[in-house]
Amino acid sequence: MAVCTGCSLLCEDIEVALDGGKMGKTRNLCRKGLGHFKSIYLDRARPAVDGKEAGIDEAIDKAAGILKNAKKPLIFGWSNSTLDAQKAGLELARELGAVVDDTSSICQGWIVEKVLRKEIPTCTLDDVRNYADVSIFWGSDPSSSHPRHLSRFSYYPRGEKRQRGYEEDRTAITIDVRKSPTADISDEYYRVLPGGDAGLVEAMISVLDGKIPRVEDKKKLISLVTNMKKSRFGVIFPGLGMVYSLKGRKELLDALVEKLNQSSRYSVIPMVGHYNMRGFNQTLLDQTGFINRVSFQDGVESGPEHSVMEAAKTCDAALVIGSDPVSSLPAAVARRLAGMPVVAVDPHRNLTTDVARVVIPSAASGLEAGGSALRMDGVEIKFDGVVESERMTDLEILARIKEGL
Amino acid sequence: MVNAMEIYQLTPKTNCKKCGLPTCMAFAVALLGREKNIEDCTPLVDEPKYEAKLKKLQEVMEPIMGASETGLIVHPEKCYGCGNCVVACPVNVANDPRGSAIGLGPKSDKAILVVEDGVVKCLNMEECRRFGPNKIMCNACTATCPSKAIEFV
Repeated sequence: MAVCTGCSLLCEDIEVALDGGKMGKTRNLCRKGLGHFKSIYLDRARPAVDGKEAGIDEAIDKAAGILKNAKKPLIFGWSNSTLDAQKAGLELARELGAVVDDTSSICQGWIVEKVLRKEIPTCTLDDVRNYADVSIFWGSDPSSSHPRHLSRFSYYPRGEKRQRGYEEDRTAITIDVRKSPTADISDEYYRVLPGGDAGLVEAMISVLDGKIPRVEDKKKLISLVTNMKKSRFGVIFPGLGMVYSLKGRKELLDALVEKLNQSSRYSVIPMVGHYNMRGFNQTLLDQTGFINRVSFQDGVESGPEHSVMEAAKTCDAALVIGSDPVSSLPAAVARRLAGMPVVAVDPHRNLTTDVARVVIPSAASGLEAGGSALRMDGVEIKFDGVVESERMTDLEILARIKEGL
Repeated sequence: MVNAMEIYQLTPKTNCKKCGLPTCMAFAVALLGREKNIEDCTPLVDEPKYEAKLKKLQEVMEPIMGASETGLIVHPEKCYGCGNCVVACPVNVANDPRGSAIGLGPKSDKAILVVEDGVVKCLNMEECRRFGPNKIMCNACTATCPSKAIEFV
Protein backbone atom coordinates (compact mmCIF):
# COMPACT_ATOMS: atom_id res chain seq x y z
CA MET A 1 0.00 0.00 0.00
CA ALA A 2 1.28 3.43 -0.91
CA VAL A 3 0.26 6.89 0.30
CA CYS A 4 -0.82 9.52 -2.22
CA THR A 5 0.66 12.97 -1.65
CA GLY A 6 -1.47 14.56 -4.38
CA CYS A 7 -3.61 16.47 -1.86
CA SER A 8 -3.98 16.86 1.88
CA LEU A 9 -6.18 13.77 2.29
CA LEU A 10 -3.04 11.59 2.14
CA CYS A 11 -5.00 8.47 1.06
CA GLU A 12 -3.27 5.42 2.50
CA ASP A 13 -4.94 2.62 0.55
CA ILE A 14 -3.29 3.11 -2.84
CA GLU A 15 -2.20 -0.04 -4.68
CA VAL A 16 0.48 0.37 -7.33
CA ALA A 17 1.79 -2.45 -9.52
CA LEU A 18 5.47 -2.06 -10.32
CA ASP A 19 6.62 -3.27 -13.71
CA GLY A 20 10.42 -3.48 -13.81
CA GLY A 21 10.78 -0.58 -11.36
CA LYS A 22 8.27 1.53 -13.33
CA MET A 23 4.76 2.33 -12.24
CA GLY A 24 2.10 0.14 -13.81
CA LYS A 25 -1.61 -0.22 -12.98
CA THR A 26 -2.92 1.65 -9.96
CA ARG A 27 -5.99 1.05 -7.80
CA ASN A 28 -7.99 3.38 -5.55
CA LEU A 29 -6.11 6.41 -6.87
CA CYS A 30 -8.40 9.25 -7.98
CA ARG A 31 -7.81 11.11 -11.23
CA LYS A 32 -5.92 13.90 -9.44
CA GLY A 33 -3.75 11.37 -7.61
CA LEU A 34 -3.08 9.48 -10.83
CA GLY A 35 -1.86 12.69 -12.44
CA HIS A 36 0.39 13.26 -9.43
CA PHE A 37 1.82 9.72 -9.57
CA LYS A 38 2.40 9.80 -13.34
CA SER A 39 4.02 13.23 -13.10
CA ILE A 40 7.32 11.65 -12.06
CA TYR A 41 7.78 10.59 -15.69
CA LEU A 42 6.98 14.05 -17.09
CA ASP A 43 8.86 17.32 -17.37
CA ARG A 44 11.42 16.76 -14.59
CA ALA A 45 13.71 19.55 -13.46
CA ARG A 46 17.42 19.27 -14.28
CA PRO A 47 20.27 20.83 -12.30
CA ALA A 48 21.11 24.23 -13.78
CA VAL A 49 23.12 27.35 -13.00
CA ASP A 50 22.39 30.64 -14.81
CA GLY A 51 20.11 28.85 -17.27
CA LYS A 52 22.77 26.33 -18.33
CA GLU A 53 22.79 22.69 -17.34
CA ALA A 54 25.25 22.00 -14.54
CA GLY A 55 26.27 19.27 -12.13
CA ILE A 56 24.29 18.89 -8.91
CA ASP A 57 27.35 19.72 -6.76
CA GLU A 58 27.99 22.93 -8.70
CA ALA A 59 24.32 23.90 -8.35
CA ILE A 60 24.35 23.31 -4.59
CA ASP A 61 27.60 25.31 -4.14
CA LYS A 62 26.18 28.18 -6.17
CA ALA A 63 22.92 28.07 -4.16
CA ALA A 64 24.85 28.22 -0.90
CA GLY A 65 26.86 31.17 -2.28
CA ILE A 66 23.72 33.12 -3.25
CA LEU A 67 22.09 32.58 0.14
CA LYS A 68 25.30 33.38 2.06
CA ASN A 69 25.81 36.70 0.24
CA ALA A 70 22.18 37.80 0.59
CA LYS A 71 21.41 40.40 3.26
CA LYS A 72 17.78 39.39 3.55
CA PRO A 73 16.96 36.05 1.92
CA LEU A 74 13.36 34.82 1.54
CA ILE A 75 12.59 31.13 1.94
CA PHE A 76 9.21 30.24 0.47
CA GLY A 77 7.27 27.08 -0.35
CA TRP A 78 7.29 24.22 2.17
CA SER A 79 3.77 22.89 1.63
CA ASN A 80 5.05 20.04 -0.55
CA SER A 81 7.91 19.00 1.73
CA THR A 82 7.99 16.38 4.47
CA LEU A 83 7.95 17.35 8.16
CA ASP A 84 11.68 16.53 8.53
CA ALA A 85 12.57 18.70 5.53
CA GLN A 86 10.50 21.54 7.00
CA LYS A 87 12.35 21.28 10.32
CA ALA A 88 15.72 21.29 8.51
CA GLY A 89 14.54 24.29 6.48
CA LEU A 90 13.71 26.24 9.62
CA GLU A 91 17.19 25.54 11.02
CA LEU A 92 18.67 26.86 7.78
CA ALA A 93 16.43 29.93 7.96
CA ARG A 94 17.58 30.69 11.54
CA GLU A 95 21.21 30.41 10.44
CA LEU A 96 20.66 32.72 7.46
CA GLY A 97 18.45 35.18 9.33
CA ALA A 98 15.91 34.69 6.58
CA VAL A 99 12.26 35.57 6.10
CA VAL A 100 10.14 32.42 5.98
CA ASP A 101 6.68 32.11 4.51
CA ASP A 102 4.59 29.34 3.00
CA THR A 103 1.57 29.06 0.74
CA SER A 104 -0.86 29.33 3.69
CA SER A 105 -0.07 33.05 3.80
CA ILE A 106 -2.11 33.55 0.62
CA CYS A 107 -4.39 30.56 1.19
CA GLN A 108 -6.10 29.03 4.25
CA GLY A 109 -3.72 30.76 6.72
CA TRP A 110 -6.14 32.55 9.06
CA ILE A 111 -8.53 29.62 9.48
CA VAL A 112 -5.65 27.16 10.04
CA GLU A 113 -4.27 29.60 12.64
CA LYS A 114 -7.59 29.68 14.51
CA VAL A 115 -7.70 25.88 14.47
CA LEU A 116 -4.07 25.44 15.56
CA ARG A 117 -4.44 28.01 18.34
CA LYS A 118 -7.60 26.16 19.45
CA GLU A 119 -9.75 29.29 19.01
CA ILE A 120 -12.32 27.21 17.13
CA PRO A 121 -13.06 23.53 17.80
CA THR A 122 -11.81 20.92 15.37
CA CYS A 123 -11.81 17.13 15.06
CA THR A 124 -10.15 14.47 12.93
CA LEU A 125 -11.49 13.11 9.66
CA ASP A 126 -11.86 9.70 11.35
CA ASP A 127 -14.25 11.35 13.86
CA VAL A 128 -16.13 12.77 10.88
CA ARG A 129 -16.49 9.29 9.37
CA ASN A 130 -17.54 7.69 12.65
CA TYR A 131 -19.80 10.35 14.18
CA ALA A 132 -20.62 13.30 11.90
CA ASP A 133 -24.18 13.63 10.67
CA VAL A 134 -23.95 17.04 8.98
CA SER A 135 -21.07 18.04 6.67
CA ILE A 136 -21.10 21.61 5.40
CA PHE A 137 -18.91 22.41 2.39
CA TRP A 138 -18.66 26.18 2.52
CA GLY A 139 -16.93 27.79 -0.43
CA SER A 140 -15.25 24.48 -1.16
CA ASP A 141 -15.77 21.87 -3.86
CA PRO A 142 -14.11 18.67 -2.63
CA SER A 143 -15.35 16.68 -5.65
CA SER A 144 -12.89 18.73 -7.71
CA SER A 145 -10.18 19.62 -5.17
CA HIS A 146 -10.06 16.53 -2.89
CA PRO A 147 -11.94 13.94 -4.97
CA ARG A 148 -12.05 11.21 -2.29
CA HIS A 149 -13.15 13.50 0.57
CA LEU A 150 -16.83 12.57 0.39
CA SER A 151 -16.28 8.88 -0.23
CA ARG A 152 -13.59 8.38 2.41
CA PHE A 153 -14.82 10.58 5.25
CA SER A 154 -17.52 13.15 4.97
CA TYR A 155 -20.63 11.71 3.29
CA TYR A 156 -20.71 8.21 1.84
CA PRO A 157 -18.85 5.85 4.21
CA ARG A 158 -20.43 3.92 7.06
CA GLY A 159 -18.98 4.77 10.48
CA GLU A 160 -19.22 3.56 14.06
CA LYS A 161 -22.33 5.65 14.86
CA ARG A 162 -23.29 6.22 11.24
CA GLN A 163 -24.03 2.70 10.06
CA ARG A 164 -26.53 3.76 7.40
CA GLY A 165 -24.15 6.18 5.71
CA TYR A 166 -25.45 8.84 3.40
CA GLU A 167 -28.91 7.33 2.83
CA GLU A 168 -30.27 8.12 6.30
CA ASP A 169 -27.52 9.04 8.72
CA ARG A 170 -25.76 11.93 7.02
CA THR A 171 -26.65 15.24 5.42
CA ALA A 172 -24.34 17.12 3.09
CA ILE A 173 -24.88 20.86 2.69
CA THR A 174 -23.02 22.93 0.11
CA ILE A 175 -22.85 26.72 0.36
CA ASP A 176 -21.19 28.16 -2.73
CA VAL A 177 -21.41 30.84 -5.38
CA ARG A 178 -22.04 28.26 -8.10
CA LYS A 179 -23.67 24.87 -8.35
CA SER A 180 -20.45 22.89 -8.17
CA PRO A 181 -20.18 19.12 -8.75
CA THR A 182 -20.29 18.73 -4.93
CA ALA A 183 -23.49 20.81 -4.77
CA ASP A 184 -25.01 18.49 -7.40
CA ILE A 185 -24.74 15.48 -5.10
CA SER A 186 -25.38 17.25 -1.79
CA ASP A 187 -28.73 17.06 0.01
CA GLU A 188 -28.98 20.83 0.23
CA TYR A 189 -27.44 23.63 -1.77
CA TYR A 190 -27.52 27.27 -0.74
CA ARG A 191 -26.31 29.84 -3.24
CA VAL A 192 -24.37 32.78 -1.85
CA LEU A 193 -23.38 35.82 -3.91
CA PRO A 194 -19.64 36.46 -4.38
CA GLY A 195 -18.47 38.31 -1.26
CA GLY A 196 -21.79 37.63 0.46
CA ASP A 197 -20.53 35.13 3.02
CA ALA A 198 -20.33 37.68 5.86
CA GLY A 199 -23.96 38.67 5.29
CA LEU A 200 -24.99 35.00 5.25
CA VAL A 201 -23.16 34.27 8.52
CA GLU A 202 -24.89 37.26 10.16
CA ALA A 203 -28.26 36.06 8.85
CA MET A 204 -27.55 32.53 10.19
CA ILE A 205 -26.66 33.95 13.60
CA SER A 206 -29.90 35.93 13.69
CA VAL A 207 -31.89 32.75 12.85
CA LEU A 208 -30.07 30.97 15.69
CA ASP A 209 -31.07 33.89 17.94
CA GLY A 210 -34.69 33.37 16.94
CA LYS A 211 -34.91 36.47 14.74
CA ILE A 212 -36.08 36.79 11.13
CA PRO A 213 -33.01 36.97 8.84
CA ARG A 214 -32.55 39.81 6.37
CA VAL A 215 -32.18 37.70 3.25
CA GLU A 216 -34.28 37.28 0.13
CA ASP A 217 -35.33 33.66 0.70
CA LYS A 218 -36.04 33.64 4.45
CA LYS A 219 -37.83 30.27 4.41
CA LYS A 220 -34.91 28.48 2.77
CA LEU A 221 -32.34 29.92 5.18
CA ILE A 222 -34.47 29.16 8.23
CA SER A 223 -34.90 25.54 7.06
CA LEU A 224 -31.12 25.28 6.39
CA VAL A 225 -30.18 26.61 9.84
CA THR A 226 -32.82 24.42 11.51
CA ASN A 227 -31.26 21.37 9.85
CA MET A 228 -27.82 22.51 11.01
CA LYS A 229 -29.11 23.01 14.54
CA LYS A 230 -30.70 19.55 14.68
CA SER A 231 -27.36 17.88 14.06
CA ARG A 232 -25.57 15.98 16.81
CA PHE A 233 -22.09 16.25 15.31
CA GLY A 234 -21.64 18.80 12.56
CA VAL A 235 -18.51 19.73 10.66
CA ILE A 236 -17.81 22.81 8.56
CA PHE A 237 -15.28 22.40 5.75
CA PRO A 238 -14.34 25.97 4.73
CA GLY A 239 -12.72 26.36 1.35
CA LEU A 240 -11.01 29.28 -0.31
CA GLY A 241 -14.40 30.78 -1.21
CA MET A 242 -15.13 31.38 2.46
CA VAL A 243 -11.51 32.22 3.36
CA TYR A 244 -11.31 35.12 0.91
CA SER A 245 -14.87 36.31 1.42
CA LEU A 246 -14.65 36.48 5.25
CA LYS A 247 -11.09 37.83 5.32
CA GLY A 248 -12.06 41.23 6.74
CA ARG A 249 -14.64 39.81 9.21
CA LYS A 250 -12.84 36.77 10.62
CA GLU A 251 -14.61 37.01 13.98
CA LEU A 252 -17.91 36.04 12.31
CA LEU A 253 -16.77 32.44 11.87
CA ASP A 254 -15.97 32.18 15.60
CA ALA A 255 -19.35 33.69 16.45
CA LEU A 256 -21.23 31.25 14.19
CA VAL A 257 -19.39 28.19 15.48
CA GLU A 258 -19.88 29.33 19.08
CA LYS A 259 -23.59 29.87 18.49
CA LEU A 260 -23.99 26.46 16.83
CA ASN A 261 -22.11 24.83 19.70
CA GLN A 262 -24.66 26.11 22.19
CA SER A 263 -27.26 23.67 20.87
CA SER A 264 -25.14 21.10 19.04
CA ARG A 265 -21.51 20.16 18.51
CA TYR A 266 -19.73 21.76 15.58
CA SER A 267 -16.10 21.50 14.42
CA VAL A 268 -14.13 23.12 11.63
CA ILE A 269 -11.62 21.37 9.36
CA PRO A 270 -10.00 23.74 6.82
CA MET A 271 -9.85 22.31 3.30
CA VAL A 272 -6.08 22.56 3.04
CA GLY A 273 -4.85 22.04 -0.53
CA HIS A 274 -1.16 21.08 -0.52
CA TYR A 275 -0.35 17.82 1.17
CA ASN A 276 1.72 19.18 4.07
CA MET A 277 0.72 22.82 4.44
CA ARG A 278 -0.78 22.12 7.84
CA GLY A 279 2.45 20.32 8.78
CA PHE A 280 4.50 23.45 8.12
CA ASN A 281 2.07 25.68 10.04
CA GLN A 282 2.19 23.30 13.01
CA THR A 283 6.01 22.98 12.92
CA LEU A 284 6.47 26.74 12.74
CA LEU A 285 3.91 27.32 15.52
CA ASP A 286 5.69 24.81 17.77
CA GLN A 287 9.06 26.47 17.16
CA THR A 288 8.20 30.17 17.01
CA GLY A 289 4.60 30.70 18.13
CA PHE A 290 3.54 31.88 14.65
CA ILE A 291 2.11 29.84 11.78
CA ASN A 292 3.62 31.76 8.84
CA ARG A 293 5.17 35.12 7.81
CA VAL A 294 8.16 34.86 10.15
CA SER A 295 11.42 36.79 9.99
CA PHE A 296 14.55 35.49 11.72
CA GLN A 297 16.47 38.73 11.02
CA ASP A 298 16.32 40.13 14.58
CA GLY A 299 15.22 37.28 16.76
CA VAL A 300 11.78 35.99 15.76
CA GLU A 301 9.21 38.40 14.35
CA SER A 302 5.96 37.87 12.50
CA GLY A 303 3.68 40.23 10.67
CA PRO A 304 2.10 41.03 7.33
CA GLU A 305 5.33 42.75 6.24
CA HIS A 306 6.98 39.31 6.23
CA SER A 307 4.39 37.70 3.92
CA VAL A 308 5.70 36.56 0.56
CA MET A 309 3.80 39.41 -1.14
CA GLU A 310 5.62 42.09 0.89
CA ALA A 311 8.91 40.25 1.42
CA ALA A 312 9.37 39.90 -2.35
CA LYS A 313 9.74 43.70 -2.43
CA THR A 314 12.39 43.91 0.30
CA CYS A 315 14.36 40.64 0.05
CA ASP A 316 17.44 40.33 -2.13
CA ALA A 317 17.47 36.57 -2.81
CA ALA A 318 15.02 33.70 -2.55
CA LEU A 319 15.04 29.97 -1.94
CA VAL A 320 11.83 28.45 -3.30
CA ILE A 321 11.18 24.86 -2.32
CA GLY A 322 8.39 22.73 -3.79
CA SER A 323 6.31 25.65 -5.01
CA ASP A 324 5.78 27.77 -8.11
CA PRO A 325 5.20 31.35 -6.91
CA VAL A 326 6.12 32.91 -10.26
CA SER A 327 3.01 31.37 -11.84
CA SER A 328 0.67 31.52 -8.83
CA LEU A 329 1.34 34.98 -7.35
CA PRO A 330 0.21 38.31 -8.86
CA ALA A 331 2.28 39.54 -11.81
CA ALA A 332 3.94 42.41 -9.87
CA VAL A 333 5.19 40.04 -7.13
CA ALA A 334 6.23 37.42 -9.70
CA ARG A 335 8.18 40.09 -11.59
CA ARG A 336 10.00 41.09 -8.38
CA LEU A 337 10.85 37.47 -7.67
CA ALA A 338 12.03 36.91 -11.22
CA GLY A 339 14.33 39.93 -10.88
CA MET A 340 16.25 38.59 -7.87
CA PRO A 341 18.61 35.59 -7.64
CA VAL A 342 16.30 32.63 -7.03
CA VAL A 343 17.30 29.12 -5.99
CA ALA A 344 14.53 26.68 -6.94
CA VAL A 345 14.34 23.21 -5.40
CA ASP A 346 11.61 21.25 -7.17
CA PRO A 347 11.00 17.81 -8.69
CA HIS A 348 9.49 19.39 -11.82
CA ARG A 349 10.21 22.13 -14.31
CA ASN A 350 7.90 25.11 -13.82
CA LEU A 351 7.88 28.89 -14.34
CA THR A 352 9.90 29.45 -11.15
CA THR A 353 12.62 26.98 -12.21
CA ASP A 354 12.63 28.69 -15.63
CA VAL A 355 13.51 32.08 -14.11
CA ALA A 356 15.69 30.72 -11.28
CA ARG A 357 19.42 31.33 -11.23
CA VAL A 358 20.02 27.90 -9.70
CA VAL A 359 17.79 24.85 -10.15
CA ILE A 360 18.24 21.85 -7.87
CA PRO A 361 16.05 18.88 -8.83
CA SER A 362 14.64 16.94 -5.90
CA ALA A 363 12.96 13.58 -5.41
CA ALA A 364 9.14 13.76 -5.35
CA SER A 365 8.16 13.03 -1.76
CA GLY A 366 5.75 10.16 -1.30
CA LEU A 367 6.70 8.82 -4.74
CA GLU A 368 10.50 8.69 -4.76
CA ALA A 369 11.23 9.42 -1.11
CA GLY A 370 9.62 8.65 2.22
CA GLY A 371 8.84 10.84 5.21
CA SER A 372 5.80 11.99 7.12
CA ALA A 373 3.22 14.74 6.80
CA LEU A 374 0.15 16.14 8.56
CA ARG A 375 -3.17 15.43 6.90
CA MET A 376 -5.68 18.31 6.63
CA ASP A 377 -7.04 17.40 10.08
CA GLY A 378 -3.59 17.34 11.74
CA VAL A 379 -3.11 13.56 11.90
CA GLU A 380 0.46 12.52 11.11
CA ILE A 381 0.75 10.05 8.22
CA LYS A 382 4.04 8.26 7.51
CA PHE A 383 4.87 7.13 4.00
CA ASP A 384 7.58 5.45 1.93
CA GLY A 385 8.62 6.08 -1.64
CA VAL A 386 6.94 4.00 -4.36
CA VAL A 387 9.75 3.84 -6.91
CA GLU A 388 13.53 3.94 -6.54
CA SER A 389 15.27 7.16 -7.45
CA GLU A 390 18.78 8.55 -7.39
CA ARG A 391 17.55 12.10 -6.88
CA MET A 392 18.30 13.77 -3.57
CA THR A 393 15.46 14.41 -1.15
CA ASP A 394 14.58 17.93 0.05
CA LEU A 395 16.15 17.02 3.39
CA GLU A 396 19.47 15.99 1.82
CA ILE A 397 19.54 19.09 -0.40
CA LEU A 398 18.92 21.41 2.58
CA ALA A 399 21.65 19.63 4.58
CA ARG A 400 24.12 20.08 1.68
CA ILE A 401 23.23 23.77 1.32
CA LYS A 402 23.75 24.21 5.08
CA GLU A 403 27.15 22.52 4.79
CA GLY A 404 28.02 24.86 1.92
CA LEU A 405 27.38 27.93 4.07
CA MET B 1 -29.23 9.15 -23.06
CA VAL B 2 -31.71 8.19 -25.81
CA ASN B 3 -35.21 7.03 -24.79
CA ALA B 4 -37.72 4.61 -26.33
CA MET B 5 -39.81 7.39 -27.91
CA GLU B 6 -36.80 8.82 -29.71
CA ILE B 7 -35.95 5.35 -31.04
CA TYR B 8 -39.57 4.87 -32.13
CA GLN B 9 -39.37 8.05 -34.22
CA LEU B 10 -36.49 6.46 -36.14
CA THR B 11 -38.33 3.19 -36.94
CA PRO B 12 -40.48 2.80 -40.10
CA LYS B 13 -43.65 3.15 -37.89
CA THR B 14 -45.55 0.69 -40.13
CA ASN B 15 -46.16 -1.99 -37.47
CA CYS B 16 -45.27 -4.63 -40.11
CA LYS B 17 -44.49 -7.26 -37.42
CA LYS B 18 -41.49 -8.60 -39.42
CA CYS B 19 -39.32 -8.30 -36.32
CA GLY B 20 -41.65 -10.65 -34.45
CA LEU B 21 -43.15 -7.93 -32.29
CA PRO B 22 -46.65 -6.49 -32.73
CA THR B 23 -45.70 -2.80 -33.05
CA CYS B 24 -42.76 -0.55 -33.89
CA MET B 25 -43.08 0.95 -30.38
CA ALA B 26 -42.59 -2.53 -28.90
CA PHE B 27 -39.53 -2.95 -31.14
CA ALA B 28 -38.15 0.40 -29.88
CA VAL B 29 -38.55 -0.73 -26.26
CA ALA B 30 -36.92 -4.09 -27.05
CA LEU B 31 -34.07 -2.32 -28.84
CA LEU B 32 -33.47 -0.10 -25.82
CA GLY B 33 -33.53 -3.15 -23.55
CA ARG B 34 -31.02 -4.80 -25.91
CA GLU B 35 -33.36 -7.76 -26.51
CA LYS B 36 -33.42 -6.97 -30.28
CA ASN B 37 -30.85 -5.67 -32.75
CA ILE B 38 -31.33 -2.98 -35.40
CA GLU B 39 -30.90 -5.69 -38.08
CA ASP B 40 -34.06 -7.43 -36.81
CA CYS B 41 -36.07 -4.65 -38.48
CA THR B 42 -35.63 -5.82 -42.06
CA PRO B 43 -37.48 -2.97 -43.82
CA LEU B 44 -35.23 -0.43 -42.12
CA VAL B 45 -32.10 -2.20 -43.32
CA ASP B 46 -33.28 -3.22 -46.80
CA GLU B 47 -35.39 -0.32 -48.03
CA PRO B 48 -33.41 2.66 -49.33
CA LYS B 49 -36.07 5.19 -48.24
CA TYR B 50 -35.18 4.51 -44.58
CA GLU B 51 -31.46 5.04 -45.15
CA ALA B 52 -31.33 8.35 -43.25
CA LYS B 53 -33.36 6.92 -40.34
CA LEU B 54 -31.10 3.85 -40.19
CA LYS B 55 -27.99 6.01 -40.06
CA LYS B 56 -29.41 8.18 -37.27
CA LEU B 57 -30.60 5.11 -35.34
CA GLN B 58 -27.14 3.51 -35.53
CA GLU B 59 -25.69 6.78 -34.27
CA VAL B 60 -27.98 7.08 -31.24
CA MET B 61 -27.65 3.37 -30.42
CA GLU B 62 -23.85 3.40 -30.45
CA PRO B 63 -23.34 4.38 -26.77
CA ILE B 64 -25.97 1.86 -25.64
CA MET B 65 -24.20 -0.99 -27.46
CA GLY B 66 -21.17 -0.42 -25.19
CA ALA B 67 -23.30 -0.91 -22.04
CA SER B 68 -22.76 -3.85 -19.71
CA GLU B 69 -25.32 -6.63 -19.10
CA THR B 70 -26.94 -4.47 -16.44
CA GLY B 71 -27.14 -1.49 -18.78
CA LEU B 72 -24.36 0.44 -17.03
CA ILE B 73 -22.41 2.83 -19.22
CA VAL B 74 -19.15 4.35 -17.99
CA HIS B 75 -17.78 7.52 -19.59
CA PRO B 76 -14.12 7.28 -18.48
CA GLU B 77 -13.33 10.75 -19.87
CA LYS B 78 -15.76 12.32 -17.37
CA CYS B 79 -14.82 10.23 -14.29
CA TYR B 80 -12.98 11.95 -11.38
CA GLY B 81 -12.07 8.64 -9.74
CA CYS B 82 -13.62 9.91 -6.49
CA GLY B 83 -14.93 6.47 -5.57
CA ASN B 84 -18.35 7.74 -4.42
CA CYS B 85 -20.04 4.97 -6.44
CA VAL B 86 -17.67 2.34 -5.01
CA VAL B 87 -18.52 3.33 -1.43
CA ALA B 88 -22.24 3.96 -2.04
CA CYS B 89 -22.90 0.66 -3.90
CA PRO B 90 -24.99 -1.44 -1.46
CA VAL B 91 -23.52 -4.70 -2.79
CA ASN B 92 -19.95 -3.45 -2.37
CA VAL B 93 -20.84 -2.41 1.20
CA ALA B 94 -22.45 -5.75 2.08
CA ASN B 95 -19.57 -7.79 0.63
CA ASP B 96 -16.79 -5.63 1.99
CA PRO B 97 -17.47 -4.29 5.51
CA ARG B 98 -13.80 -3.47 6.20
CA GLY B 99 -13.07 -1.96 2.79
CA SER B 100 -15.51 0.01 0.69
CA ALA B 101 -18.10 0.16 3.51
CA ILE B 102 -15.82 2.43 5.54
CA GLY B 103 -14.56 4.48 2.63
CA LEU B 104 -11.43 2.53 1.70
CA GLY B 105 -10.68 0.86 -1.61
CA PRO B 106 -12.47 -2.50 -2.07
CA LYS B 107 -10.74 -5.46 -0.43
CA SER B 108 -13.27 -8.09 -1.53
CA ASP B 109 -13.05 -10.14 -4.74
CA LYS B 110 -16.77 -9.61 -5.28
CA ALA B 111 -16.58 -5.82 -5.68
CA ILE B 112 -18.69 -4.57 -8.59
CA LEU B 113 -17.09 -1.17 -8.93
CA VAL B 114 -13.42 -0.35 -8.41
CA VAL B 115 -11.30 2.68 -9.28
CA GLU B 116 -8.46 1.60 -11.53
CA ASP B 117 -5.96 4.02 -13.09
CA GLY B 118 -7.96 7.01 -11.91
CA VAL B 119 -11.32 5.96 -13.39
CA VAL B 120 -14.14 3.65 -12.33
CA LYS B 121 -14.28 0.13 -13.75
CA CYS B 122 -16.99 -2.55 -13.55
CA LEU B 123 -16.10 -6.05 -12.39
CA ASN B 124 -18.33 -8.95 -11.23
CA MET B 125 -21.37 -7.61 -13.07
CA GLU B 126 -23.44 -10.65 -12.01
CA GLU B 127 -23.38 -9.34 -8.41
CA CYS B 128 -25.21 -6.13 -9.38
CA ARG B 129 -28.83 -5.75 -8.25
CA ARG B 130 -29.77 -4.87 -11.82
CA PHE B 131 -28.41 -8.15 -13.21
CA GLY B 132 -30.74 -10.84 -14.52
CA PRO B 133 -34.48 -10.90 -15.14
CA ASN B 134 -35.56 -10.11 -11.54
CA LYS B 135 -33.63 -6.90 -11.31
CA ILE B 136 -34.04 -4.17 -8.69
CA MET B 137 -33.82 -0.68 -10.17
CA CYS B 138 -31.00 0.44 -7.85
CA ASN B 139 -29.28 3.70 -8.80
CA ALA B 140 -26.86 4.26 -5.90
CA CYS B 141 -23.85 4.53 -8.22
CA THR B 142 -25.33 6.96 -10.73
CA ALA B 143 -27.05 9.19 -8.13
CA THR B 144 -23.79 9.73 -6.24
CA CYS B 145 -21.63 10.56 -9.26
CA PRO B 146 -20.59 14.25 -9.24
CA SER B 147 -19.56 14.28 -12.91
CA LYS B 148 -22.35 12.13 -14.42
CA ALA B 149 -19.70 9.70 -15.64
CA ILE B 150 -21.90 6.65 -15.15
CA GLU B 151 -25.47 6.10 -16.25
CA PHE B 152 -27.92 3.31 -16.93
CA VAL B 153 -29.61 2.63 -20.26
